[in-house]
Amino acid sequence: MNPEIGHFALILGFALALCQAVLPMVGSYTGNRPWMAVARPLALGQLLLALVSFVALTLAFLADDFSVLYVANNSNSLLPWYYKISAVWGAHEGSLLLWVLIQAGWIAAVAAWSRSLPLTLVARVLSVMSMVAVGFYLFLLFTSNPFERMLPFPAAEGADLNPLLQDFGLIVHPPLLYMGYVGLSVPFAFAIAALLAGRLDAAWARWTRLWTNAAWAFLTLGIALGSWWAYYELGWGGWWFWDPVENASFMPWLVATALVHSLAVTEKRGAFRSWTLLLAIFAFSLSLLGAFLVRSGVLTSVHAFATDPARGVFILAFLALVVGGSLLLFAIRAQSLPNQGGFEWLSREAFMLINNILLVIATAIILLGTLYPLVADVLGWGKISVGPPYFNLFFVPLMLLLAPLMAVGGILRWKRTEWSWLRPALVLPLLISVVAGLVFPWLYAGAFHAGTAITVAVFVWVVVVLVRDIWRKSAYSGGRVRGLRRLTGSYYGMQLAHLGVACAILGAGMVSIYTAEKDARVEEGGRVEDAGYHFEFADFSVVQGPNYVADQAEVRVWRGERLVATLYPQKRRYLASGQLMTEAGIGGGLFRDLYVSLGEPLGDGAWAVRVHVKPFVRWIWLGALLMAAGGGLAMADRRYRARRTALAGSTIDNAVVTGSH
Amino acid sequence: MHPIRRQRLIAVIFVVVLATVAVGLVTYALRQNINLFYTPSQITAGEAPEGTRIRVGGMVVPGSVQRVPGSLETLFTVTDGAGEVKIAYTGILPDLFAENEAAVATGMMREDGTFGASEVLAKHDENYMPPEVADAMEKAMDKAHEARQ
Repeated sequence: MNPEIGHFALILGFALALCQAVLPMVGSYTGNRPWMAVARPLALGQLLLALVSFVALTLAFLADDFSVLYVANNSNSLLPWYYKISAVWGAHEGSLLLWVLIQAGWIAAVAAWSRSLPLTLVARVLSVMSMVAVGFYLFLLFTSNPFERMLPFPAAEGADLNPLLQDFGLIVHPPLLYMGYVGLSVPFAFAIAALLAGRLDAAWARWTRLWTNAAWAFLTLGIALGSWWAYYELGWGGWWFWDPVENASFMPWLVATALVHSLAVTEKRGAFRSWTLLLAIFAFSLSLLGAFLVRSGVLTSVHAFATDPARGVFILAFLALVVGGSLLLFAIRAQSLPNQGGFEWLSREAFMLINNILLVIATAIILLGTLYPLVADVLGWGKISVGPPYFNLFFVPLMLLLAPLMAVGGILRWKRTEWSWLRPALVLPLLISVVAGLVFPWLYAGAFHAGTAITVAVFVWVVVVLVRDIWRKSAYSGGRVRGLRRLTGSYYGMQLAHLGVACAILGAGMVSIYTAEKDARVEEGGRVEDAGYHFEFADFSVVQGPNYVADQAEVRVWRGERLVATLYPQKRRYLASGQLMTEAGIGGGLFRDLYVSLGEPLGDGAWAVRVHVKPFVRWIWLGALLMAAGGGLAMADRRYRARRTALAGSTIDNAVVTGSH
Repeated sequence: MHPIRRQRLIAVIFVVVLATVAVGLVTYALRQNINLFYTPSQITAGEAPEGTRIRVGGMVVPGSVQRVPGSLETLFTVTDGAGEVKIAYTGILPDLFAENEAAVATGMMREDGTFGASEVLAKHDENYMPPEVADAMEKAMDKAHEARQ
């Protein structure tokens, strides 16, 4: 019975979304207040129904209801209960249901925290978001129903969840990522509403910024978790593969990063308006493109779902509709949004512009490399794939250029900055970072390495400029502590996120340059030496898990005479599917990870093994955490907490200014 | 010409030239870094170039997987139903690598006609087959049908 309730709730939710897409929008044009006001209760109703639907599917998983096709394909009675829950979004249909749930969540969140915005704007934003939701409801109901039954002959046992997905990383990675993807529909809806009204003011920018920050922070966490998961779960120690689906999540992130900055200029200076709208449209379009690439199975990727052409066609049509429609609207209405405020080349605006240009170029290059195989296939140039060297060739220099400028941009003043004021702020950091860059490779590896020197110099440069700026800005007659407390959440958020970028760059650079990796053949008691560490394979044994049997090695890692870590890498065989899984043994540390994975038995008790020593690899994810925390801090800024009345916010539509609630 | 228009024209020309150069460079880099996919039958027919990185994919022939004793080298054969190619790989094979399953290898053809792989990818779950391999198998099947008629 439960699955049917879920299915009905889904259909009802679709009906509500349809109402919400139409009524408030029509109301905003006819000036019909009740029609606009209905958007909020409808948002709540949508969320409740989506929740009922999602809980129904979760209950089917927990109850091992294998008469539901999706459950039978992706679960098993031996699966631990927490994986039964995460299996709900382990494959296509359920993950799409999660998508719809999260979409409903964002709609409800906007409905709840938009009291200070004019009703017309809120009505239009909620309406546009519901239009997007309608698209996904249709997709779910017509091509990917998760509640489909296998009756009258239900499966006796489930086929089990893909072992790669039986992991904590998968429990949290997709929800966070989807929070980011779907969250980008909020700035998108705000942009469409601004275009429809032909007006865009500081209040609009302030609130769009809040939502964009939220979506961006989630996307950051989602991508970082995906990278971390790939690192420890795929067993080859890589943390980024330039896989089409990774690119699909990275492109919206890059554009959203540009959007966060462009919005700052729009809020504070009233400039870059049409550009901001364009970025908002692109960011969400790219997240839909990502959905298309993943769901249609057009690309070879570790993430691709089992394919069904109808799904690809549906999303492609939806994508064309969203991108085409919004760009058309942009082309018609963008002129009505004049930019204000000139600025000079040495100003924060100018550096924001450079930031935006570099990020958009990076996105364009990744987009080209990701879509090229598709285009080539369609045009009959053969089946090709684009390798990581292409992406690294462009992306690495672009980021190494962006990061030092980022540090400068963070301290510049709006409109105009005197070089005589800026110079002293940069000379000392420059000196320190150059010296650090030159000395560090010698101290660390005993030899000079240009890549290390640049990476370290960039890191030190960003950190020193940033710390000096905080020190200077916190100078206050009432004392340092009070001075620090006077700085805004927005400011700390920016600095924290910039620090995160520097950490991620340092981690990526160090691990790329100094990773030491060795494949070897070992027997019990055998030793492998790698980068000054001795990996002693003390013991091989067999252990029993809840739904797998594993060969396990006990690896003692020595540095000289000192035991550094004892690792237990496993090779698991899952009982239901017979699938093999490598479970790496990882000894984590702030400055290096020790990483051991078992290959396969070679006979005579010998094993093929791979050992890695990965310096600074954790800094990549640490950096991402700092960035997301920065986004969170910026959202906690006091200007969002102050209760704003209709008086304070200048409004999008003058016809309905007051009493929006 | 009006000075403002002239300024705009110069700006537009500048942007166009710059964009053209950039696109040219990017496309060049792209062409240097693409790996073309060849089917085993294409390789049997001698169509694959030596000395460039390419990809080969097909089903792993049952019984063809051999380990070279005392080392990490593995030899195996992949087929698309019409042609076969022998692949040599040193290192650890992916978990889902198995006989009678699809695999895609990246590497270079050697002079002796074997394929020296630097990377081997296997499918990632039982329902999934890399589109290139599916396509190659289908083509080979079609050819086999034609030959029979």
